[in-house]
Amino acid sequence: MSVSTPAAVSAPSLLHRISTALYVRPRLLLAMLLLPPLLWLGIIYLGSLFSLLVQSFFSVDDFTGKVVYSPTLMTYAGLFNDTSISVIRRTALTAVVVTVICATIAFPLAYYMARYAGPRAKAVFYIAVMLPLWSNYLVRVYAWKLILAKEGAVTWLLAHLGLQAPLDWVLATPDIGGASLGTSMIGTTIVFVYIWLPYMVLPVQAALERVPRSLIEASSDLGAHPRDTFRKVILPLSIPGVAAGSIFTFSLTLGDYIIPQLVGSSRPFIGQLVYQYQGTASNLPLAAAFAVVPIVIMAIYLSLAKRFGAFDAL
Amino acid sequence: MRSDTGKAKAGWGLTAAAWFGVLFLNVPILFIILYCFTTDDRSYSFPPPGLTTKWFGVAFARDDLWASLGLSLRVAFISMAIALILGTLAAAAMYRFRFFGKETVTLLILLPIALPGIVTGMSLRAAFDLASLPFSFWTLVLGHATFCVVVVYNNVIARLRRSSPALVEASMDLGANSFQTFRYVVLPNLATALLAGGMLAFALSFDEIIVTTFTAGNQNTLPIFILKELSRPHNRPVTNVAAVMVMVITFGPILLAYYLTRDTQDTAGSGK
Repeated sequence: MSVSTPAAVSAPSLLHRISTALYVRPRLLLAMLLLPPLLWLGIIYLGSLFSLLVQSFFSVDDFTGKVVYSPTLMTYAGLFNDTSISVIRRTALTAVVVTVICATIAFPLAYYMARYAGPRAKAVFYIAVMLPLWSNYLVRVYAWKLILAKEGAVTWLLAHLGLQAPLDWVLATPDIGGASLGTSMIGTTIVFVYIWLPYMVLPVQAALERVPRSLIEASSDLGAHPRDTFRKVILPLSIPGVAAGSIFTFSLTLGDYIIPQLVGSSRPFIGQLVYQYQGTASNLPLAAAFAVVPIVIMAIYLSLAKRFGAFDAL
Repeated sequence: MRSDTGKAKAGWGLTAAAWFGVLFLNVPILFIILYCFTTDDRSYSFPPPGLTTKWFGVAFARDDLWASLGLSLRVAFISMAIALILGTLAAAAMYRFRFFGKETVTLLILLPIALPGIVTGMSLRAAFDLASLPFSFWTLVLGHATFCVVVVYNNVIARLRRSSPALVEASMDLGANSFQTFRYVVLPNLATALLAGGMLAFALSFDEIIVTTFTAGNQNTLPIFILKELSRPHNRPVTNVAAVMVMVITFGPILLAYYLTRDTQDTAGSGK
């Protein structure tokens, strides 16, 4: 802030003196502002993350089934067998695919909202994007279970359009197919995209809104074709928004265990293993070790997203 | 020459893609409503074999539904309140100051939502276990408030970045102290951002299930109620009725939030 002199005062009240005191000691003000959130996040969140790490170095006694509170690397060895690695690979790959599809669907929608929709249309679009966010997550997953079921609406629609054969052909594809859309990886992916899409639309739209109109006018005044303006001005400026949105879509997909549990093949995701191990299997250390995997993946992902300016667009 | 101003007409491809996105986002919700009325309570046959309204009566007679709704509301309100305070403080600090470790603080605020829910949930579960803390209402709030902070923070800092620092400077130049400036200049400017952030935090908490399943123990929030209900082989439409209840309750606030932030959105994009 570039104010050079504190405002002159006639009759300094107590508040005014505190205000001045804080003004000349900005560090104190900073500490007062920052301390409560830092303490909360530091103790509760970092403390929990630390406990997670600690737990992952414990192990479970095979005979008693009780947690042995002494450090060992044994639990982590459980992450490196073929089954675990295939679960991790499946989860990460799905997260990438979901993020790419979300960006593809979200961009035109956000672009239309930011540049073309009039005030009334923008209101409709805004509500249309927010409404799913405000509806219960679980029920929206459940809606897709209804829609994608073998006797459900999609099958009915495709059959009436004479597209039964292509559907059967797609469902017969190994790995991504299944008995019906509701029990296939395709189904899981559709639901992930549907559920996380608003998280991509909103930051992208915000980033596009922030592109100064004068910049676009300048570009076209200088003779750029609208397509060039889009490619060389608007698109690069919207990348931070896409990167910000992708943090949500990627992370949320990595950590979800409800969607693959309700819609999809029986092949598990990381989240399902964590939930099973901490719950029915009561193996807290192994659950903790599995939960460390998404942290490592996200650390890599966040450092990439940061380079694209995602943090400034959040 | 054609200029790309807001009044320009979008191409049909773009319009179609935009509407596809909107329909994709909203049509499934209609199915939830439709299936409230189906007479088929075991499978998901489409079109429904018959229509009935009896499921509303069945659902409203369920005490456990009302109990879980109450719990969800209480958790969401308290988490929202904590998040509003912590998020606003953090946003103010991050906007006004440059300091050593600022990037780390940004990361710390972002982390609870940037890291997958399963990590947050599992971490809290691990911590409660090490601290021998039994599951309670407050273990739910601890988790929810933590991931709600970032939502408020995002809204407030976005508004602060959009508002002109000249306003604050003018206020101080005209002799107002920091508190007066905050009360009469900053706060009115922030009000709608706070409201929007608060409501998003509320919704996030109300909706959350992944972290919740790790911190709830035997308590049933509304999402946990619905999840348990889903694994029951009969009375499936009861779940849909519960869902419609949630939608009706939350539709008012979202409209309100929209109308309150609508005016500022135009002035806030002050590059124009």
